[in-house]
Amino acid sequence: MGKFLVRRLLNYVVLIFLATSFAYLLAATNLYPRGYFEQMQPPPTPEAINTQLDTLNLNDQTPLAQRYVTWLGGVVQGDFGQTIQGREVTPQIWLKAGVTLRLITVATILGSALGIAIGAYAAVRQYRMFDKAATVASFVVLAIPTVVIALSVQVGATAINGVAGFQLFLFSGEYSAGFRGEWWELLLNRVHHAILPTFVLAVALFAAFARYQRNMMLDVLGSDFVRTAMAKGLTRRKALFKHALRTALIPTITYFTFTFGVMVSGATFTEKIYGWHGMGAWLIDAIFQQDVHVVAAASCFMAVTIMVASFLSDILYAWLDPRVRV
Amino acid sequence: MSAQTIENTEAASGRSGDETPVLEVRDLHVTFRGLGGNADVNAVRGVSYSVHRGEVLGIVGESGSGKSVSSMAAMGLLPDHAVITGSVKLHGEELLGLDDREMATRRGKVISMVFQDPLSGLTPVYTVGDQLAEAVLVHNPGAGKAQARERAVRLLDLVGIPNPEGRYRSFPHEFSGGMRQRVMIAMAMANDPDVIICDEPTTALDVTIQAQILDLLRTAREETGAAIVMITHDLGVVAGFVDRMLVMYAGRPVEMGTVDEIYYGSRMPYTMGLLGAVPRMDLERQGALVPIKGTPPSLSALPPGCPFAPRCPIVRPECSLAEPDLLPVGEQPSEAQIRAAREAGAPAEAAGVSDTGVQRVACIRSGEIADNAWTAQDIYPIPEIPEVPAAKTRREDRPEMLRVESLIKHHALTKGAVFKRRVGTVYAVDGIDFDIREGETLALVGESGCGKSTTLMEIMGLEKPQGGSVSVMGRDTSGLGGADRFALRRDMQIVFQDPMSSLDPRMPVFDIIAEPLRTHRRPAAETTARVYELLDLVGLNTEHATRYPAEFSGGQRQRIGIARALALEPRLLVLDEPVSALDVSIQAGVVNLLEELQARLGLSYLFVAHDLSVVRHIADRVAVMYLGKIVEIGDTDAVYTRPAHPYTQALLSAIPIPDPEKERARTHIVLDGDLPSPANPPSGCRFRTRCQKFITLSEPEQERCMSIEPALEATNGGDQAAACHFAERQTVL
Repeated sequence: MGKFLVRRLLNYVVLIFLATSFAYLLAATNLYPRGYFEQMQPPPTPEAINTQLDTLNLNDQTPLAQRYVTWLGGVVQGDFGQTIQGREVTPQIWLKAGVTLRLITVATILGSALGIAIGAYAAVRQYRMFDKAATVASFVVLAIPTVVIALSVQVGATAINGVAGFQLFLFSGEYSAGFRGEWWELLLNRVHHAILPTFVLAVALFAAFARYQRNMMLDVLGSDFVRTAMAKGLTRRKALFKHALRTALIPTITYFTFTFGVMVSGATFTEKIYGWHGMGAWLIDAIFQQDVHVVAAASCFMAVTIMVASFLSDILYAWLDPRVRV
Repeated sequence: MSAQTIENTEAASGRSGDETPVLEVRDLHVTFRGLGGNADVNAVRGVSYSVHRGEVLGIVGESGSGKSVSSMAAMGLLPDHAVITGSVKLHGEELLGLDDREMATRRGKVISMVFQDPLSGLTPVYTVGDQLAEAVLVHNPGAGKAQARERAVRLLDLVGIPNPEGRYRSFPHEFSGGMRQRVMIAMAMANDPDVIICDEPTTALDVTIQAQILDLLRTAREETGAAIVMITHDLGVVAGFVDRMLVMYAGRPVEMGTVDEIYYGSRMPYTMGLLGAVPRMDLERQGALVPIKGTPPSLSALPPGCPFAPRCPIVRPECSLAEPDLLPVGEQPSEAQIRAAREAGAPAEAAGVSDTGVQRVACIRSGEIADNAWTAQDIYPIPEIPEVPAAKTRREDRPEMLRVESLIKHHALTKGAVFKRRVGTVYAVDGIDFDIREGETLALVGESGCGKSTTLMEIMGLEKPQGGSVSVMGRDTSGLGGADRFALRRDMQIVFQDPMSSLDPRMPVFDIIAEPLRTHRRPAAETTARVYELLDLVGLNTEHATRYPAEFSGGQRQRIGIARALALEPRLLVLDEPVSALDVSIQAGVVNLLEELQARLGLSYLFVAHDLSVVRHIADRVAVMYLGKIVEIGDTDAVYTRPAHPYTQALLSAIPIPDPEKERARTHIVLDGDLPSPANPPSGCRFRTRCQKFITLSEPEQERCMSIEPALEATNGGDQAAACHFAERQTVL
């Protein structure tokens, strides 16, 4: 088992290296940092732009291979270069990652827990009212893009605020700018800001999880071991909970881990719309600002999270399901 | 029938009336409400029986007869949409109508159940021991984990799991099927229940394992003193194991009585047909099996009157007027009375039948059957099966259809996804020889994992085998080119085991049968004529040609499979367990058809089966396989009457015979343990680890078994040969 995991890990390192390199090469060949400086008012002289680009290792007159080697030399030492404004990229990665993780941790846990509970119960009540309602709700959510959900929620919140007469829901930024107070007041303010974006992310996740869990649960509901558990003297409810749900949770939990990894880059729209300066928003901004190094750094971070997530899901699967243990 | 007669018969049966039965089922009905406009399914229609302490009741019936559903209803394990009426009393206390929580306190404690499929019966994510301990804890929460664990270990030991302390922590997938069934039985025994319901407990297991499990169930009965309800379709298992039995058909009991009454004096045409349809391993020449025409009725659209009437050979017009009640022999109303009752318009009053222990039959002609002492052979038309023409010539003089010489097929066991390396070898087929002559049937028998299916696939591939040689009609397959191989396939066709999945569900029957002809580019006119000829040959009608496989029953589908295999007029037919998926009454028809076709068309069969009774009936020669080797081969009669290899002896001894007296008098050789892994076969003789003879040998003799692999050697100076150093021909039947 240990050997298997080490081999897996090595594979992942290679994959992360490839993904980041491709992202860098793609960004370096397609983005146009020179244009960023040329548009400045007043426009700097071409010599000044060249000097600036050279210090940032972004000069398109330097051969691509040479720029790549310089960049890679830094990355190996943990230095992702500088943003186009000349600030260090590496410390910013942690800052942005922190914002994104704060947003999605609560949302994924909430969304998947709700999805699992509703999906499992819907399976037990197959073709009854609850199941039908849950199915309709999840398909409606699945059919609508997250952007639309995020915007609709925002519109709805504005309307409610209008009716309430005060800011019941906040939908811009991570916290109120310039807010001062005790630590718990700060915390409350942050939570207040997080309600809506968390809700939007959780709703989308809930739909996917409810469908997935319902199918997994249906697979085991009629299985012989549930009948055996009942024949032993367990009540139907207990047999379903302890034997059916436990078995049906295995694939879902690994799916959860994976989703968490994907969400790091998948929360982009929600971050943008609700004005959270997380990883996804950062990447979008970087593309508009022709910022090659930030694009590469953000891609690297996403590759790492996805690999970590799938590594974790491998471990979890082996831990949960004795059948795949080696 | 009046109440007085019930009293009378009760007194006559001599049963002590004061003892309440442990389990008493009266007039049980189960209906599954049809969803979305479908008709309701009347799965059980009036079942009554009672079981006393220490008694074994057998419930026999074919698939869909309602035998499992009735016991699931008693356990409260049916889904919510099942409507259950009647009465189920446990120790005189009514169970129907109790809610799930109240039922749960009785399930596993007073009444427990062993299910059919042990492979899926245990939760895969918990250890075997924990699941067993759970059964103890759930009824005795105060016992504490340690005590429950201790009890679980003791139970594992009791059901014969070696090293119970260590195996407590094993997961179900680490156990073989037989061991998992032992765990299931341990679970059923955990709280010393008063009734154990066994629902086909051995159907999914090999015969040697079946013998072990039946032994274990006897132990369980002695250990707990429980009454056992044995549900099965296997008339052999019933004969030796149960005291009284109930025969079910279309959701209703049609006959009940003691085993001897029913086996030797059945008065119901269905039971009689069923008993005549079973191939017998203990009879030298049984003749054609009794075929019951047609198929069981659909439970959602039952015919009026007796449900068996459409298939019954001695049906009367009165049979379809009213459904006959389950009455003692000779108490059925006369035909005139039935007509009169019908004309009077009086609804047939369902007599509240209770189980009083006398033989009861639901057939209006039961008295007549008893008076004339009719047997199945008297009432059923038995087909005449002509002699195989080639049988007149001596075997050595007949042309050879198939010869297999030291055939070898090893699979590599590999590890790793990217860098595969070989970590072992599965010796699936490890050097076997046999030949088949014209008009002859060779049966390849053995338990699952012995390599019989691999052998078939190697032969059917018509390619150069890994080792050894295969020659079909005298042509060695290793030198064949593509065109030759295509041409040779015409002479050798296969019928598969599962008729449900071996026919394309989207093709009408005509196309299925015509496909081989079209592939071999026969002209269209000839193809059409041939398809209708084949349909007729296998006993199907012309109008069946346009239907799809889903519209046919299992037996009819297997007939379609046979027609397809015969399309190109092959001379050798490979039959891979062709009847093992079919019910007994259907199986008999297919077996008769195969025998008839062989005689009429001069076919040779290579018949692969695990059912030794069918083999005895159909095969001329038999080869017994164990772990990739043939351990005994020879003329069927010689091998069955005087088997020489200890494995053959154990195998034959393990099979229960559908004859209660013979079965009770037999002592079974019960082998220890499971089949060893074919990846790691024992040294020397592969069978020695389970051999009943090995233990009795002296040390130097044992040494020989362990170091030298025995070769097949003739044992009777003729056709019979066994691979055992100490082969000794013995009678075991």
